[in-house]
Amino acid sequence: MHVPDGFLDAPTSLATGVVAATAVAVSLRAARRELDDRTAPMAGLVATFVFAAQMINFPVGAGTSGHLMGGALAAVLVGPWTAVLCLSVVLVVQALLMADGGITAIGTNISLIGIVTVAVGWGVFVLLRKVLPARISIVAPAAAAGALLSVPVAALVFTGLFAIGGNAPVDLAAVTAAMLGWHTVIGIGEAAVTGLVVASVVAARPDLVHGARPLLAERVLETRAAVTS
Amino acid sequence: MGAGHGHRLHFHGHSAVHRAPAHLKVLALLGFMLVVVATPREAYAVFALWAVVLLGVIALSRVPLTYLLPRMVVEVPFAIFAVLMPFISHGPRTEVLGLSVSEPGLVAGIALLVKGSIGVLASLTLAATTEPQDLLRGLQRLRMPDLVVQIMGFMIRYLDVVTAELGRMMTALRSRGCDPRSPRHWPVLARSLGALFIRSYERGERVHLAMLSRGYDGSLPQAGEAR
Repeated sequence: MHVPDGFLDAPTSLATGVVAATAVAVSLRAARRELDDRTAPMAGLVATFVFAAQMINFPVGAGTSGHLMGGALAAVLVGPWTAVLCLSVVLVVQALLMADGGITAIGTNISLIGIVTVAVGWGVFVLLRKVLPARISIVAPAAAAGALLSVPVAALVFTGLFAIGGNAPVDLAAVTAAMLGWHTVIGIGEAAVTGLVVASVVAARPDLVHGARPLLAERVLETRAAVTS
Repeated sequence: MGAGHGHRLHFHGHSAVHRAPAHLKVLALLGFMLVVVATPREAYAVFALWAVVLLGVIALSRVPLTYLLPRMVVEVPFAIFAVLMPFISHGPRTEVLGLSVSEPGLVAGIALLVKGSIGVLASLTLAATTEPQDLLRGLQRLRMPDLVVQIMGFMIRYLDVVTAELGRMMTALRSRGCDPRSPRHWPVLARSLGALFIRSYERGERVHLAMLSRGYDGSLPQAGEAR
């Protein structure tokens, strides 16, 4: 899913670069609210975790495999602003040290994988958290729903960018259909893994899950009579 | 994993390219690739010139091509798209090797392949000749926000620790008969990832406390100094 050099033309790449730089600048301010002075080490370690999670491939069918993008996962676990920072850092390191994703496409990759997936994943998650009953058990399904939608939406945005600055005379309707179909399948994998990972963290350390904090606050201490035989 | 110094793609050397300041290398790569991307798709002579320039830099760096070429596999998914391009595009048809393909699609596919390959090879050259610490210092000189450089520094520093931890978890899973690739075992895999997240998060907390106890006040002193 990492866009290489030359896929989109130079003006589009520069425009997405400006979008990405703005979003990272806004996230830098906002992430301090989520993590206070712990931002640097915590975001660094979460970025490393996202990178490691992206190394796990799952089969998508037809002999190919997709891997986790982790936008929705990171947003629910550490909050959307920190998630944007972590994913952007992961993408820059992948482009500069691993030649994964073109250097002129860094802005495009950050916009798609860092911003769109986080924004959609977090938006859907917050919406569901408002609508559904305020129970801790809804965190994992809501995160999965966010992940499910985030991948096809990112694919749609990519198709839109391709329509503006694409370097190929292909039929846009066909490309849109292919991208949507393909990425819905990837989105199902992303949703399953995201939901299961969030569920396991909620079970072990619910206090660490950023998206679960408003629900945790509503828990009250119960004092029950001790059962004596 | 466990590459000691440097990182997975780094190729140890002392050439002029290795010694060049990292911020200049990043700027050069960015400028070079912008020019390559902006080159009209049918200017094959110009692409040949860019390829010669790039190969010249690689020759100067004394990183063998046999080291770089196998690492170009990251490009494969988009290469497949580029190869498909002549078949899925519309426009006037033409005959190539007995196959009917779209002419503008063919041109676009070739341009995509050429630009993408030059990009991957150029990025690989940067990665092979630059130590992560130098890269961080270079990005700092390019006025990248200090906090981003710090986050990146922590990510690079703990990359091998966390991926090795994941590797040990995977070994433990496999030795107990689990196949992490099969969707049947996703619940197990996801619990491991959850555990990895908790371990990474708690490691971050410990690192932060250790930094505080050594006088951390929001900026890293060692980022600007030699190791």
